[in-house]
Amino acid sequence: MKNLRLLIIGVAFGFVLSKGEVISWYRIYEMFRFESFHMFGIIGMAVMTSLIFNQWIKRSKMKDIDGKPIHIPKFYDGILQYLLGGTIFGLGWALTGSCPGPLYIQIGYGSTVMVIAVLSALFGSFLYGLVKDKLPHKN
Amino acid sequence: MMHALLYEPWPWYIAGPAIGLIYFALYFVGKRFGISGTYRTACSMLGAGKFTKYFDYKWKDDIWNLIFVLGMIIGGYLAGVVFPNEVGVDLSASTIASLEEMGFSSFNETMIPVEIFNWDTLFSIKGFIFIVIGGMLVGFGTRYADGCTSGHAITGLANLEFSSLVAVIGFFIGGMITSFILIPIIMNL
Repeated sequence: MKNLRLLIIGVAFGFVLSKGEVISWYRIYEMFRFESFHMFGIIGMAVMTSLIFNQWIKRSKMKDIDGKPIHIPKFYDGILQYLLGGTIFGLGWALTGSCPGPLYIQIGYGSTVMVIAVLSALFGSFLYGLVKDKLPHKN
Repeated sequence: MMHALLYEPWPWYIAGPAIGLIYFALYFVGKRFGISGTYRTACSMLGAGKFTKYFDYKWKDDIWNLIFVLGMIIGGYLAGVVFPNEVGVDLSASTIASLEEMGFSSFNETMIPVEIFNWDTLFSIKGFIFIVIGGMLVGFGTRYADGCTSGHAITGLANLEFSSLVAVIGFFIGGMITSFILIPIIMNL
């Protein structure tokens, strides 16, 4: 049952990102060249809506469906990890035209070759795990 | 209306809030929004914990996010195969001009440049860079930054986190380097 509801939310997410053209390589290229409002509108509205939910969850001390308090975790402080990691991700995002979610969604949408992109991303994650301790993280 | 929602691209003011609803739905079922963590879970499940302790964690607690991934693939299938769009991506004129200049031609019909993203070009230089190198950078970068678009640009910014703002600035530095500099070079190879 718990898995079923997660599956349904996942289906909804895949459908939303597809219909919103967030999975479009062309839309990502256009976004990074600042030539259209579309992607900025989507991310901006997603952040604003989420911010409202975020405040509602915190102020009402909301409990989840199982009655447990909802905990909103924070990221670690630091700059280098986020700046360097973010830049490396950005390089890849514009190449594949997909951030991690759309990489998966593309497979269902019809681009089966994106299985290779997902496997490459897994390999990239694995490489990070291997060299993690040698990389600068905090400041 | 229903027909348009199923068979036409959604405008930003529908897709954006819909993503916000997903964000809330995940908290409401006791999880949280963030996709790139699935790579860590998958690596751990495949046995990467034998090589480095980064992957040697209680990944069984995170199996849920692989179910979420399965749902995303089904959602993509519904959107692309069962209810395919009847209208192409409505790109700006300047984007179209630069795409045509580089030799792209499929942007009226498809979501991605099918001339590059297909099984035949995978082993060409272009295909390898866009698909394999691109994928590796996505995996490495999101693990290093501890989050991707969902984790930082949405969940982090909605929680007003400075770390996430820094990460998003990084996304754009990298994305602009690729879009303005690297893609024109690669397309000339």
